[in-house]
Amino acid sequence: MTDASLTNTTALYQASPQRQLVKTVLRVLLYILLIAFALFYLAPLFVMVTTSLKSLEEIRTGDLISLPREVTFDAWATAWSSACTGIQCDGVKPYFWNSVLIAVPAVLLSTLIGAVNGYVVAQWRFPGANIFFALMLFGCFIPFQVVLLPMARMLGLMGIAGSIPGLIFVHVIYGLGFTTLFFRNYYVTIPSELTKAAKVDGAGFFRIFFSIFLPLSLPIIVVTVIWQFTQIWNDFLFGVSFSQAGTQPITVALNNIVNSTTGVKEYNVDMAAAIIAGLPTLLVYVVAGKYFIRGLTAGSVKG
Amino acid sequence: MAPILDIKGLSKNYGSTEILKDINVSIEPGDFLVLVGPSGCGKSTLLNCIAGLEPISGGTLAIGGQDMTHVSPKDRDIAMVFQSYALYPTMTVAKNITFGMKVRGVDKAEQAEKLQKVAAQLQIEQLLNRKPSQLSGGQRQRVAMGRALVRDPKLFLFDEPLSNLDAKLRVEMRTEIKSLHQNLGASMIYVTHDQIEAMTLATKIVVMKGGVIQQVGTPAEIYSTPANMFVADFMGSPAMNLIPARTRANGSGTIVEIAQAGADPIVLTEKRSIALPEDVVLGVRPEDIVETGLHNGGSNALQKADCMIDIVEPAGADTFVVTQLGGKQVTARLSAETKARAGERSNLAFDLSRVSYFSPENGLRLNES
Repeated sequence: MTDASLTNTTALYQASPQRQLVKTVLRVLLYILLIAFALFYLAPLFVMVTTSLKSLEEIRTGDLISLPREVTFDAWATAWSSACTGIQCDGVKPYFWNSVLIAVPAVLLSTLIGAVNGYVVAQWRFPGANIFFALMLFGCFIPFQVVLLPMARMLGLMGIAGSIPGLIFVHVIYGLGFTTLFFRNYYVTIPSELTKAAKVDGAGFFRIFFSIFLPLSLPIIVVTVIWQFTQIWNDFLFGVSFSQAGTQPITVALNNIVNSTTGVKEYNVDMAAAIIAGLPTLLVYVVAGKYFIRGLTAGSVKG
Repeated sequence: MAPILDIKGLSKNYGSTEILKDINVSIEPGDFLVLVGPSGCGKSTLLNCIAGLEPISGGTLAIGGQDMTHVSPKDRDIAMVFQSYALYPTMTVAKNITFGMKVRGVDKAEQAEKLQKVAAQLQIEQLLNRKPSQLSGGQRQRVAMGRALVRDPKLFLFDEPLSNLDAKLRVEMRTEIKSLHQNLGASMIYVTHDQIEAMTLATKIVVMKGGVIQQVGTPAEIYSTPANMFVADFMGSPAMNLIPARTRANGSGTIVEIAQAGADPIVLTEKRSIALPEDVVLGVRPEDIVETGLHNGGSNALQKADCMIDIVEPAGADTFVVTQLGGKQVTARLSAETKARAGERSNLAFDLSRVSYFSPENGLRLNES
């Protein structure tokens, strides 16, 4: 009896040659399909990179998808420091630094405030905490177009219209909904007994936050930083609405370079400028990407 | 000496829901008070109120003779051990234990000295540099105790500290907590839903149900003179038998009659002078029902009763037999050599001097009234 059932099981695992063949064919098809999709998604990047490395002459005479005959970084140099955005011809360099000056403080501030908010909503329940949190959440879903005019008025009243602090303020405010949500959802998974134990130990509100909660928060901090950095760096609407000459972020400059060229369209410069504009977010993903996935899926903190 | 904890008329509401009603408890220095009751009875809430982690809605609370009703947890001079241990996950064991002292600005040398003392006491010296995630359940439990001990507070609070451990470890730690209490002479309050833990640890037990204290007393008082049917049923394993019976006066004593299916009623005589109504519920501990002819000949308090044995459950030292009396299953704790067999009639005897009587209407004990 035992022997018979053993043979049966082995037979099941030894697939017949036909089945084996079908399996292999399906696997090959799957890989072909996956590679095709990968190529499809990578094609624009490929065209951008190759075009940015070609001379204007070669672009005019050559093929869109061919590799550059002669690799030149002239277009990159032009895009960085001498391409014209309207009447100025300083390249994207000053705007790149504008974006850094806006994004870095805005990301740090919105993450820190979001962390404190999330900590309060999750661990220091107060009357109306749920309504407060629901309203914050609602803030995530307000279309930005709706708030442009009131915000412009607000910035004017505060005296920071058209300035970099003004843009930082706008991004911090509109980032808070999401950062609070992230941190709140992370902190509700932490047992409230931890807070109670610390209270009995004599720690106060900020002591508990900085000694116990913040050290636990690396995964969610990474998620929030990536999210906020991508949002703020890539923002165009606020950048174009609330800036003036000298404070525009790189997204606005890129638009100006591409749209305000006179005469021959310098595709290689446009492409190089676009890649420069996209590099920082790419870099953040590469450096912190594995934490991003981990942080999104990480559940409770095991004690 | 002033009571270490004195709670007067404490109440706690969440909105219109009453969680705790008119709680009055006081304990003397060195007492081990156990709050016991089924889940949802408010015992953990009461402990949180004592710790100051939950504000109270009414009444007063004093610790060590000082009013603490509105004082924050850190100034109450208490330490607490939690069910989930609540160790700080990013800190080492040593940092976990010294966190409270660090927050209070105790100087480094004193911190180190106290840490060594507590670590030696709990035998966790070799664990001091580990993180909580690298510890087993029992080790975490010790660290949590260390964090409380190092503070040397007026009052220790334990919130079901053993319920996450496996059965064997639970018994070990229970003994350890008991010896800790004896060695330190500290005052402790301990919350549990496990009546055996309550009986073994406590010098004083508070039985709670639905936010109301049912009875306060020593383990012996709670066990032998339960204040009502809830306490009788909740404390003790197997539970006290609660048998409906009828009484009638007979000279100086009282005749107690218990109906039996398919046989004549059992007739017992209560010789104590207790005023009993006609309908009562007889409360008999399983060990107060014995087998006639085995080791207990002489006692004249014993009164025979011929019973049909339904089930026999040998449990090593004792054998439990189950019979049907007054429409209820009745368990008797007999010696292991019992001759009782399932499906046969057997001669049991009741120790009437130790039974309790309860009113079937309100469940209250009738013996003393």
